[in-house]
Amino acid sequence: MEMLSGAEMVIRSLQDQKIEYIYGYPGGSVLHIYDALAQQDQVKHILVRHEQAATHMADAYARASGKPGVVLVTSGPGATNAVTGIATAFMDSIPMVVLCGQVPSTLIGEDAFQETDMMGVSRPVVKHNFAIKHPSEIPSTIKKAFYIASSGRPGPVVIDIPKDMTTPTDKFEYNYPESVSLRSYSPATRGHSGQIKKAVELMLNARRPVILVGGGTVGGRASAEATELARTLNFPVTTTLMGLGGFPASDPQWLGWPGMHGTYEANTALHHSDLILSIGARFDDRVTNATEKFCPTAKIIHIDIDPSSISKTIAVDVPIVGPAKSVLLEMLALLAKSDKDIDADALTDWWSQINEWRKRHGGRYELNDANGLLKPQEVIEALYEITKGDAYICSDVGQHQMFAAQYYKFDKPNRWINSGGLGTMGFGFPAAMGVKLHYPDAEVVCVTGEGSFQMNLQELSTCSQYDIPVKIVCLNNQSLGMVRQWQDMNYESRHSQSYMKSLPDFHKLTSAYGHKAITVKTKEQLMPALEEAFALKDELVFLDIHIDPTEHVYPMLVPKASMRDMWLSKTERT
Amino acid sequence: MRHIIAVLLENEAGALSRVVGLFSQRNFNIETLTVAPTEDPTLSRLTVTTSGSDRVIEQITKQLNKLIEVVKLVDLTEGEHIEREMMLIKLKATGQHRDEVKRTVDIFRGQIVDVTSSIYTVQLTGDQDKLSAFISAIGEAYVLETVRTGVSGIARGDKILSI
Repeated sequence: MEMLSGAEMVIRSLQDQKIEYIYGYPGGSVLHIYDALAQQDQVKHILVRHEQAATHMADAYARASGKPGVVLVTSGPGATNAVTGIATAFMDSIPMVVLCGQVPSTLIGEDAFQETDMMGVSRPVVKHNFAIKHPSEIPSTIKKAFYIASSGRPGPVVIDIPKDMTTPTDKFEYNYPESVSLRSYSPATRGHSGQIKKAVELMLNARRPVILVGGGTVGGRASAEATELARTLNFPVTTTLMGLGGFPASDPQWLGWPGMHGTYEANTALHHSDLILSIGARFDDRVTNATEKFCPTAKIIHIDIDPSSISKTIAVDVPIVGPAKSVLLEMLALLAKSDKDIDADALTDWWSQINEWRKRHGGRYELNDANGLLKPQEVIEALYEITKGDAYICSDVGQHQMFAAQYYKFDKPNRWINSGGLGTMGFGFPAAMGVKLHYPDAEVVCVTGEGSFQMNLQELSTCSQYDIPVKIVCLNNQSLGMVRQWQDMNYESRHSQSYMKSLPDFHKLTSAYGHKAITVKTKEQLMPALEEAFALKDELVFLDIHIDPTEHVYPMLVPKASMRDMWLSKTERT
Repeated sequence: MRHIIAVLLENEAGALSRVVGLFSQRNFNIETLTVAPTEDPTLSRLTVTTSGSDRVIEQITKQLNKLIEVVKLVDLTEGEHIEREMMLIKLKATGQHRDEVKRTVDIFRGQIVDVTSSIYTVQLTGDQDKLSAFISAIGEAYVLETVRTGVSGIARGDKILSI
């Protein structure tokens, strides 16, 4: 039997888990682990410039690949800096394992240097956390962490490792388990057949159905099955912000996305539907608007791996607890052998009604012919064109996020990477880095604003160190656009602290780190700048695109109202 | 409505804080909470009394079940069950009132477990209503100190909460 120190066990366990990259930052409590890391080259480490970025890199890698991302940080500030990223992953159900150093167990509780109760701090924002009590527990705990993080409803798992658990001279038997089981944890592996049958009957009898594809479809790798089901039944499909790409946006059955800045047709169709089939969408407040007015005539079938997501905000009629993929496959099998044929004409009226609704707003926006200021929407449309709709779009948070989600049409799952639940500004840039590192041949774009970007711009340095040539599309409106929009709408345009008065010269800033920047101020400059940027395959290019600061995101749900109550422009209401 | 939820929990450091944290994090209410190891040293049994609408109680049980260290749970109020709480209470017992306190303790089938010339310390077991009724029968003016254990509960009949 092999004898290893705790520090060596950490690294060996990661090797045995086939982890290629970890992201982190060294410090006192993890020095033994970093020393073990340096003595091998199978697990590669990316040194970020702030621990928050490490968590977003790991998170975005997980979103793109479906495999858990891994972070290594030191105790105290290293751990607390990671908390925002852990919470981001938690809210969006992203598998992640975060290894945190801790002061030696003999000092815990004594307010030692760089001591933080990371078990306590992280507890509300993790799926689970572990504290290592003996070095020999390290391999099995790491195995459990990966198992918990990536099974059931995925989520982040923290392992707190006191420094004396990794002492190089204390060696113990190493044995990485093939698999682990926990008596208190057994996520559902398939849905209840009776419920699935009931759901299929409702689907066959529906006259105004809508399929609601959520993040659970994308995360559960069930997009192909969801698409097949929708096409088999000819049902209209709306994909939530987290579910974008879960059904192809170019498919005529796609209505756009629902909720606060969703399309007129998606929101209106949901409101008038008689059946909603939710596939891993959790009816959060940004989708439902006022819950008591939500879709009054709809029966709801809700497929979710997490029972607590079902009937949490909206009471459902047919709950199905299970993985989206297996439940959908079972539904497809039932439909295939059903003696009741799918009535092709049953939805004719519904579709013609929906096609009428499509004409009402249709994603229109007004171009600035007079002053020549670019509109954010046309920038995203140009980005879609230049990348042929096939890029990984890693977004920050704010108006640019909504515009990117509205105007970049995702045909594939796992291509739209954004902080949907927590809404973390500063997410987009490190997220793009995490994706680009693993998919070096893919186009990876960070769509950001000058506000969000400045929350993690230090990572320009990491990109220089590891040659990570992401493209940064910064929609620069010199203000915190979404805050400003709300101030315009609700606070008589008092722009309290939403104006960015002294922006850096992004040329000088990015060139200080060895990167390139291109400024775009007019429509004529836009396409040539994008062409130039995307032709530079091996360079990080920052596109500082000046846009109209007065633009608002529409449609927008009217607060405390139903799904059909929307602002369609600054002056037009439903 | 008031519910009594019994939970089998891995007997591990930090498991209790997850349960307590969950209640505050999700704005659920805890009225009483008791916890102790079971005959199986790897398991603790926790009893929590809470109140809320059916939807809230459904969320509480689902969210508790989601905690990795929760092995099993049951809402005892869904069936026939026995509920007990113990109280230790120090009462002023002087002059002619001393006899009256003794009589009231007997009526409630309590026991005087410690005595001084002016104080009775009484041990009383029962459901929450009984303990509260005792305090009002004695009169709050005579109560010097109380400590209640919180509710423990178990199902009647052959229903068993075990793994």
